Amino acid sequence: MIDSQDDFIQERETKIIKGNEAAAYAAKSARVQVISAYPITPQTTVVEKLSEFVDNGEMPGTEYIKVESEHSVMASIVGASTAGTRTFTATSGQGLFYMYEMVHWAAGARLPIVTTIASRGPAPPWNIWADFTDIISCRDTGWMISFAANHQEIYDDILMSYKICEDYDILLPKFVAYGGFTLSHTSKPVTIEDQEVVDNFLPPLPDEKGWPHIFLDPERPMMHGNLIMPSGFYNEFRLKIHHTMLMAKDKIKKVTKEFESTFGRHYGNGLIQEYRINDADVAIINYGELAMQMEQAVDDLREEGYKVGSVKLRYLRPFPVEDIINVARKVKILGVADRATAFGSPTGGPVSSEVKTALYNSSVSTQVLPIIMGLGGREVSLEQQKNQLKALIKLKETGELPRDMIDGTFWDGLLEVE
Amino acid sequence: MVSIKEALKDYQEEFFLAGNSTCAGCGLEIALRWAMKALGPNTSLVTPASCLNVVVGLWPKTASNFPFMNMAFAAGAAAATGVSAAFKAKAYRFPGKVWEKMTTLVFAGDGGTTDIGIQGLSGAAERNSNIIYCCYDNEAYMNTGIQRSSSTPHGAITTTTTLGKEQYKKNLPQIMAAHEIPYVATCSVSEPLDIFEKFKKAKSIEGCKYIHILASCPPGWGIASEDAVEIPRLAVKTGSWILYEIENGVITLSKKSKLLLDPSKRVPLIEYLSRQKRFSKISEKALIELQEQLDLQWIKIANEIKCQENLA
Amino acid sequence: MNKVKWKNICEAKDKRPEVQAYHNWKELPPIPISFPIKGSIGTTGDWRTFKPVLNRETCTKCGICWMYCPEGTIVRNEEGEFEVDYVYCKGCGICAKECPTKSIEMERESGE
Repeated sequence: MIDSQDDFIQERETKIIKGNEAAAYAAKSARVQVISAYPITPQTTVVEKLSEFVDNGEMPGTEYIKVESEHSVMASIVGASTAGTRTFTATSGQGLFYMYEMVHWAAGARLPIVTTIASRGPAPPWNIWADFTDIISCRDTGWMISFAANHQEIYDDILMSYKICEDYDILLPKFVAYGGFTLSHTSKPVTIEDQEVVDNFLPPLPDEKGWPHIFLDPERPMMHGNLIMPSGFYNEFRLKIHHTMLMAKDKIKKVTKEFESTFGRHYGNGLIQEYRINDADVAIINYGELAMQMEQAVDDLREEGYKVGSVKLRYLRPFPVEDIINVARKVKILGVADRATAFGSPTGGPVSSEVKTALYNSSVSTQVLPIIMGLGGREVSLEQQKNQLKALIKLKETGELPRDMIDGTFWDGLLEVE
Repeated sequence: MVSIKEALKDYQEEFFLAGNSTCAGCGLEIALRWAMKALGPNTSLVTPASCLNVVVGLWPKTASNFPFMNMAFAAGAAAATGVSAAFKAKAYRFPGKVWEKMTTLVFAGDGGTTDIGIQGLSGAAERNSNIIYCCYDNEAYMNTGIQRSSSTPHGAITTTTTLGKEQYKKNLPQIMAAHEIPYVATCSVSEPLDIFEKFKKAKSIEGCKYIHILASCPPGWGIASEDAVEIPRLAVKTGSWILYEIENGVITLSKKSKLLLDPSKRVPLIEYLSRQKRFSKISEKALIELQEQLDLQWIKIANEIKCQENLA
Repeated sequence: MNKVKWKNICEAKDKRPEVQAYHNWKELPPIPISFPIKGSIGTTGDWRTFKPVLNRETCTKCGICWMYCPEGTIVRNEEGEFEVDYVYCKGCGICAKECPTKSIEMERESGE
């Protein structure tokens, strides 16, 4: 066996890089063995940077397949993962929709694939800017989904993802989503960790035998994907996927804690990150980079005397039911700010609907205000987020709902042209 | 060319075990049986949705005595590319083991190749992915109940062309030859040893290999199960299915088709068509069109061979 | 039924049980994987209406029936004679049709 400790060279360094490049560096740190990629804005620079690494010889032994469509991207990754290798790919918006059939397949085959999504709004009309509707459309596929809110988190979350997915009790694929252009094409300092430290943190690459549950080995011929009649265990295999994902919550918390003690960076309990919640009257749940800006809004309003807080939602799947209930218990009104749509759903916003469902059977009767903003990459300013918090304060004090309440949801930042 | 005696001596092992749910007289089974005898146990098969997916049996049993991966309809070639890349990545980490010797095979139907799978196949061919892509052509979507595909010939009755198909058969071997991949071959289930030879040759070549096998389907073609070998043999004898290999751009006709360069040696097409119930509604006009197209195909091939000989 | 711990069945070929047997969803492996077995759909010999019967006297042992049999149920035994595995033979009749010396007859099954 090749001694894998010597061939990937990386010392700990901090570089000013784009979000997409951070994703590429994370794939390199994770020693991925097979990459399959197809360009789409705003993910393109991930695949370009990875191409550079592979061609420069910085990732020896890594196979890079340049396929002809996104459907083939996920098909080739499923094939490579089945054969027992660590895989990585990246896509966005329309590309994710094109590979949707294979996304279901990867989850059904329980393959530990990690995919980054530089989220963009769905077409038509064409939109290439930050909007998480594309990743939301995959929430019921069986993939775990997490959101990265800053550049460092993109790098860190990918490393944590491999550790969570490849656990033999979990074996589920995972998405890491971040805003198109807002994170993918802006630059910030990111610490790339030392390869030896990363090697100790991550599980070892799959050995000759491949994964424990699926393998292409002439010594042990097997077949996956047979027909199962309705009277057979198909129903139960699907139950296992749901059950395993709920069990993954503990693993996510454990890995986040371990990451903090190894690398020194803190990500809440892994599933959510609370900010000044403990004595807050109102709070808003955000995901993506707007959660970072919301923390600034909380700080500014706290200085003015308002008792506000915020929650950064890190994981959409598995949904952190217990943690959301705990937050709701502490505040009087909980706002949920979606940067995505779920048309025809009870609230119009995917996460706000899920929060309401999570609170239903609990004894908590906190009012939930669904907010939708920033679709298609529309800018959401700091002022706007402060006004959202102020609107919640007003709702708590006077019971008056915000102005742009449509069908029970606060559509913030609607355009009014003179 | 291997003889039956040699095959009996050295290639007795069956990789597709008996007692599976293929129809009696299934052409696909003859093709797979001989393909696997040629490739051996170090083969990993990827199958997009087709009869082969279903005939292996229900979980937890399978008839395939080698690594076998089911795959979605459009994803055959791409998944195989991934598998082959993974074997290469594994061979890098574990040199000197079986991973270097693994062959990746795709066994797709004509629907999964000429229609929904053509994009993936074209991509794999352009990338020169190290796979053997085999299309077993029973000339319709047989698994879902005999619907027409672009590989269904002109005049054939299917459930979606109840008056006979208007369009002509898509010539996929020629499309693959235009991709300039190292090896393209056509076979018929009436010549199992020819299938064996061609797969053996494909195994020895690095890059994307394409083999197209005419496989009969007794329920789909409207023939008795005992004729499942005789009818493809007639297809070859009439010249309507030509057996050839194209290696690095050089075309060579296989033995059974070579003598048909002389049109007088070809059996009249009507003898092939009249034996199958799916051609029962074929009109006089269609018959003439088919014969003309067949003759034209032969003229093209004869010209190409003559050109090659002149250049050599 | 044996209780099968799923990780063991992926270990090595000889450690596998003949057939995987699970009582409920908790015992299942993460994905359904199948192992090769002869007769994966059952004893397909029951499908037959006609069965092939070899005439050893006229048989020249050319092997053409073995070559064409789709199921691989015509095998050559140690004495060099060809015989039919009647447990799995589906009775398609290709062997009888292709035999050059017409040494195979398709006889109607007696219906027992």
